[in-house]
Amino acid sequence: MSLAGYFARNGGEILQATAEHLWLTVITMLLAISIGIPLGIIVARRPKLSKYILGSANIAETIPSLALFGFLLPLPWLGARGDRIAIAALTLYALLPIIRNTATGILSVDPAVREAALGMGMTEGQILRRVEMPLAFPTILAGIRVATVWTIGIATIAAAVGAGGLGEYIFRGLAMVNNNVILAGAIPAAVRALLADLLLGLLERRMRPERRKARPRRIASPNAGMGAAAALILVAFASATFLAGCGGSRADTVVVGSKNFPEQALLGEILAQDIEAHTHLRVVRKFYLAGTFICQQALLSGRIDTYVEYTGTALAAVLKDPIDHDPADVYSQVKQQYQRRFKLAVFPPLGFNNTFAIVIRGADARRLHLKTISEAAKYTPQWRAGFGYEFMGRPDGYAGFVRTYGLKFAGQPKILDLGLLYRALLDHEVDLVAGNSTDGLLSARDLTVLQDDKHYFPPYQAVPIVRDETLARYPELRAAIDALAGKISDAEMQKMNYEVVAQHRDITRVARQFLQSNGLG
Amino acid sequence: MNSSEAAPGASVEPRSTPVIEFRSVQYRLPDGNTLLNNLDLRIERGETMVLLGRSGAGKTTALKLINRLLEPSAGAVRVGGRSTLDWDAIELRRHIGYVIQETGLFPHYTVEQNVSVTPRLNGWDRAQTRRRAEDLLALVGLASYAYLGRYPHELSGGQRQRVGLARALAADPPILLMDEPFGALDPLTRMEVRQEFSDLQKRLHKTVVIVTHDVAEAVELGTRIALLEAGELRGVYAAREFLRSDEPLAAAFVAQIRALEPGGAS
Repeated sequence: MSLAGYFARNGGEILQATAEHLWLTVITMLLAISIGIPLGIIVARRPKLSKYILGSANIAETIPSLALFGFLLPLPWLGARGDRIAIAALTLYALLPIIRNTATGILSVDPAVREAALGMGMTEGQILRRVEMPLAFPTILAGIRVATVWTIGIATIAAAVGAGGLGEYIFRGLAMVNNNVILAGAIPAAVRALLADLLLGLLERRMRPERRKARPRRIASPNAGMGAAAALILVAFASATFLAGCGGSRADTVVVGSKNFPEQALLGEILAQDIEAHTHLRVVRKFYLAGTFICQQALLSGRIDTYVEYTGTALAAVLKDPIDHDPADVYSQVKQQYQRRFKLAVFPPLGFNNTFAIVIRGADARRLHLKTISEAAKYTPQWRAGFGYEFMGRPDGYAGFVRTYGLKFAGQPKILDLGLLYRALLDHEVDLVAGNSTDGLLSARDLTVLQDDKHYFPPYQAVPIVRDETLARYPELRAAIDALAGKISDAEMQKMNYEVVAQHRDITRVARQFLQSNGLG
Repeated sequence: MNSSEAAPGASVEPRSTPVIEFRSVQYRLPDGNTLLNNLDLRIERGETMVLLGRSGAGKTTALKLINRLLEPSAGAVRVGGRSTLDWDAIELRRHIGYVIQETGLFPHYTVEQNVSVTPRLNGWDRAQTRRRAEDLLALVGLASYAYLGRYPHELSGGQRQRVGLARALAADPPILLMDEPFGALDPLTRMEVRQEFSDLQKRLHKTVVIVTHDVAEAVELGTRIALLEAGELRGVYAAREFLRSDEPLAAAFVAQIRALEPGGAS
């Protein structure tokens, strides 16, 4: 499908995402401006406090955005909703340029002007309001401009915590290895950033005193420009809230989440359509949450009601229990612990088992006659490895894997986003990756899965997880989700992943087709 | 010292209670450097006192002590019979017009807005303020309507200086402080603006304190001239006697300043 075609077919959805993105940016900028300018004034006035304020803002700036989102997740009120987390984090990032430029603008006012103002009997407050702030305004505006462009860019990452916006496309596109989808998020964001930069730049130049020209009997206050800017921001704000408001209320609504790879989105979509088909409930989709931790937090905080998890992941990454290799044991252990510790209901497995798959290029496998991981061990010291964040950190991941097989690699493994793993492998950037056994690309490209001949990886059966609270409110959910039990085989999952990832088929359609052919639609 | 003022000061009779009075004023920087030492000086109502001296003589320091941009380290500066420290600083400054060399015009305000600052601070209404702005600009020779809407960067140096003066006069303050008011102007413009100011002062009868290092300016504008060097008052002279004074100190100063400023004493 062409890019234009993609935009044409998904226009409404892209517009909605753009509105969410705009809303995030506008709220963030309003907050950052109303906090940053007073702090900037303090920095200019109190040199002793300035190093603490600027120091803190500098530190906030250096925290990677995903990490900052992660830190904010467990916080009581803030962590309850993705947009709150995103706005808090984005505001922290936007503060520094605003504080710095406010202080610089005030401090660079000509001392003669300040002295004249003081000598004329202006109070400190009057000097600030009537002389320093108006003169500093172009500089402050330059700071706001920088902050706005940053915010528009970083706001795309907010999709990782379920705040929505254009970043959803970028994450989805990365996960699907589909450039059209990436561009559907990236182009509107880039256009917005350029537009914001252009408009604020124009306003900034207009506000420079040396750009002002005599107008006979000019009575309009010099703050007219500031007023216009504020009005512009308010209009944008109002329209964004209106658009975002179209999302509707939460009554009789179930929120389905998913992690940030296509299989998860597919499972989320299947779960969503299944609920829509069997109940009267409205379903809101919050897909592409960045990983297990974020999904679990979202579930606990009620930001989502359900998503599909894998038993092995639940055991090792969430419950942090020792690894077990028996599927039935793992399932019952997870079900009991989730119920007891989290008040979360674990439903029967959907059927397939998505274990880690250790993947190399097919050409390498044929050339070296490799079938199992053990056989590959003597070649790995010449290979570079690429793994996802989760694989590196999980107790059933990297550390035990290399210990079990006695593996060494050339250099540190490269840490890659899940969506980039196969691309890196095919581009010879790395020679071995840990993917998932149901990945559609495995059959679409010339790739070989090495057998886990020492049975290191525990079972990863897919199980829907639902909040007890949600089940109590909508008991009809139970039957609807039970109907999916055992319906998706390994082959079925691989086929669907292949359709989505390799053939770029729409997740909605693939899910609908599956439900209909299984008499569930 | 007291004696240094007493002898030359005798030639000009003090009329009434001084409008501005320095009593043994000392000004020290936090680092201990003394900029002004033991200054005793009385400035009478309606006179123009010129503080004359070289750079670093303490002239500007003395001026800023009057509107309390600085506060004395010892002694007292009295304005209207009250120590500046007993005044509310804001009220004191609104009572005193202030003109500085760089003019300090607000670059984001038009000429009219610049001139209207003090009247607006004093709560005048719009119509009253506008009339005042027009009158003041006429007073300083910028009568044309076109100037009102211009921004400072659209004016020449001489025009800016006139606007600075108009702004200082806006609230009709009884006292006017001027720090090298004509220093940044080219010689011709300087003479022109100076002449205008001299004529103006004859009508306004303000108490004026002018800081300058230009002997010709001091003689032309001053009623009396206070000679400062290295933070000390070296003498106070009636302006018309200054150049002819055979007091060794004054003569030395005149010669010195003339030598340094070839164009200044022509």
